[in-house]
Amino acid sequence: MAVPAPILRMSGIGKQFPGVHALDGVDLRLLPGEVHALMGENGAGKSTLIKVLTGVHQADEGAIELAGQAVAFGSPLEARQAGISTVYQEVNLCTNLSVAENILIGREPRRWGRIDWKRMRARARELLARLELDLDVSAPLSSYSLAIQQMVAIARALDVEARVLILDEPTSSLDADEVGQLFRVMRRLKEEGIAILFVSHFLDQIYEISDRMTILRNGRLVGEYPTRELSQVDLVAKMIGQELAALDRLHGEAAAFDRPLVEARELGRPGAIEPFTLTIHEGEVVGLAGLLGSGRTEIARLLFGADHAGGGQVAIGGAPASLRTPRAAMSHKIAFCSENRKADGLIPDLTVRENIILALQATRGWTRPVPREQQDELVGKYVKALRISPPNPEHLVRDLSGGNQQKVLLARWLILEPRLLILDEPTRGIDVGAKTEIQRLVAELSDGGVAVLFISAELEEVLRLSHKVGVLRDRRLVAELPNGPELTTDVLMETIASGGRA
Amino acid sequence: MAAMRRLIWPLLILAALLLVNVAFIPGFLSIEVREGHLYGSLIDILRFGAPLILVSLGMTLVIATGGIDLSVGSVVAISGALACLQISQDQGVFIAIVLALGLSVLLGAWNGFLVAGIGIQPIIATLILMVAGRGLAQLITDGQIITVNDPAYKLIGGGYWLTVPFGVLIVLAVLAITAFLTRRLALGLLIESVGGNAEASRLAGIRSRGIIVMVYAFAALCAGVAGLMISSNVSSADGNNAGLWIELDAILAVVIGGTSLAGGRFSLGGTVLGALIIQTLTTTIYSIGVPPETTLLFKALVVAVVCLVQSPAFRDKVFHRRRRPPSARPAEEKVRVTA
Repeated sequence: MAVPAPILRMSGIGKQFPGVHALDGVDLRLLPGEVHALMGENGAGKSTLIKVLTGVHQADEGAIELAGQAVAFGSPLEARQAGISTVYQEVNLCTNLSVAENILIGREPRRWGRIDWKRMRARARELLARLELDLDVSAPLSSYSLAIQQMVAIARALDVEARVLILDEPTSSLDADEVGQLFRVMRRLKEEGIAILFVSHFLDQIYEISDRMTILRNGRLVGEYPTRELSQVDLVAKMIGQELAALDRLHGEAAAFDRPLVEARELGRPGAIEPFTLTIHEGEVVGLAGLLGSGRTEIARLLFGADHAGGGQVAIGGAPASLRTPRAAMSHKIAFCSENRKADGLIPDLTVRENIILALQATRGWTRPVPREQQDELVGKYVKALRISPPNPEHLVRDLSGGNQQKVLLARWLILEPRLLILDEPTRGIDVGAKTEIQRLVAELSDGGVAVLFISAELEEVLRLSHKVGVLRDRRLVAELPNGPELTTDVLMETIASGGRA
Repeated sequence: MAAMRRLIWPLLILAALLLVNVAFIPGFLSIEVREGHLYGSLIDILRFGAPLILVSLGMTLVIATGGIDLSVGSVVAISGALACLQISQDQGVFIAIVLALGLSVLLGAWNGFLVAGIGIQPIIATLILMVAGRGLAQLITDGQIITVNDPAYKLIGGGYWLTVPFGVLIVLAVLAITAFLTRRLALGLLIESVGGNAEASRLAGIRSRGIIVMVYAFAALCAGVAGLMISSNVSSADGNNAGLWIELDAILAVVIGGTSLAGGRFSLGGTVLGALIIQTLTTTIYSIGVPPETTLLFKALVVAVVCLVQSPAFRDKVFHRRRRPPSARPAEEKVRVTA
């Protein structure tokens, strides 16, 4: 098969940050009309490579060729003008502006020096139609779901004549249907000859959409492979540099749980989640499965007091309890790692140490500081146990990679020694290695008698960890299934699809 | 180490301003003991800068929570007015001070209640007291300027203790207390957390409302002490002009000191330096003989330069360009070919 000349060729790219060799001799080739997956664990150098390509960082060594000509971009703007467009993991659009404004911001069609709104809306509709989307382009972006916002970001990237489109974890917050829609769009762009560089942690998606892949590990190139010729097991092995120990089911047989810890009866919140009844026992891992927006997070927030319940009761250890604020929930030893660690988890300007002791300090109040020796001891223990990297507690948390940020958030709650730990998508957007560690941790906690409410979009993960799975659909808890050999992802998906009626 | 690096620019600016003064005023740096008091231009800067430092310290904590307090100037006036009124009515100095500071704390708590309890944006919430407070001060003084003649009261702003101006000692005490509360105790961490990410702080179990009410009350308390100092120094209370525009100088001092207006990390040392820079600038304006009608313009220009020098983004733009590795240069031109 004749290989077309690459549209983009990066060779021997090296990049150093103070104290870190982020990239070392990395090559990357993108062919026109292919979806190319960039694979690697967190910290392998994927983001840095993308930033070098798009002009956010300057490479220390190596060369970049676009369509056979040497280029070096001084800024993301220069890269875009040359036809390299990027859609980042965190959608960075202005949700208070309209869809059309978001798509064409900075390139508004003008007439007599004023913005031509009519043409602007028409152009926006045109671009969205290319993605098979029909939206009200004058509505504010905030009125659309995260998935649609992602599409809008892609439409925006396509407005300039893109030859290379970089999608940095575009699917991490999309549900299955939305991913399907995105993939249709990607295939279409591929046919138009655009080279797509795709980053995702979902292996199934990589195998569904990508043609070839480049694997990085610790800032070095592992290799470039056609996707068809590399099995998933081999891929994972190359990414983490060792054979992945089989992690089928972490729990032997379903133990009998007879000591209820948290009992929610007809707990609900209008507009968020229909009244539900759920019992979580000591040492039990309860998984919640359902599509994005089905009410998983809402259940977690009610049990933590992050939102006020509209009705119903909660009993903890048999006694009625009021969970009106996070503080109240914390006094009952309930902990909550939220889904959106940037927005309602970490304080980016504070250090790893400060972020970890924050909840403990909050329970003590400001007059009783945690003694520095105790802080160092606790933080050191968890930095080591969770393998937080870099292992320097005085690092600002915002400089850490996603997986390590997640571990910091986990550590914050673990030092409180909770009786119920609520984990909302703790493994979203983090690499395979960190994912396994977090799963193992959940199993250990449960063995130690801690109850865990585990929320994840990945059904395999829910099945692997849970003793019992609650299935949600359309803001309603439709079924509660004991985990066992007969419970498979297919059964779960059917339950979600049928709404538990079957 | 990181803290020192952040303070290096304010330090350099202050040093530069002092150098200008040394060039213009003979004997600027000399300090002598006269009649048992320390005398000298540097001492004057500290003495006259004391109220601003106090107000700026309070402002630092408010800004660190992501807020702002425009009402401190009015609180300065109210506190001075109430104290002078009490003294002129033959109340004891001690009682007058307690009443004035008590009222200040109450007003600050009111600000905090509007911000944290009701959820009004800080700039609007404190604007209310900024405007109404001047009226309140007028009401207390009955529209007059109250003059008092009480040696004990005079000590606060104009007196000396062990040769050192008493105001400077008060500033040192307040600074020590603030540093203790925020850095020894955990108040600083919780304030930075609330300012850095309010929702995440709530979910971590921090009582952010209480923290916010506390910082506004503390800012008002600092302003109240500054009000006592200012009125004591001139032995009178002027509801109209005492502490006029001091809130703006204080905000400026905080920003020059390296605390972001967006909230989060704060630096008490930086704020003290910032306030000293502003006070030194005022002294400089007189010493180099800027014509009175252009002093405000001159001050604004210097402040603009100071803020630019302080800003890392600006420094990168100006100084970094030249430091780029030469290897990147030739390739840059080729970009245009592909566009």
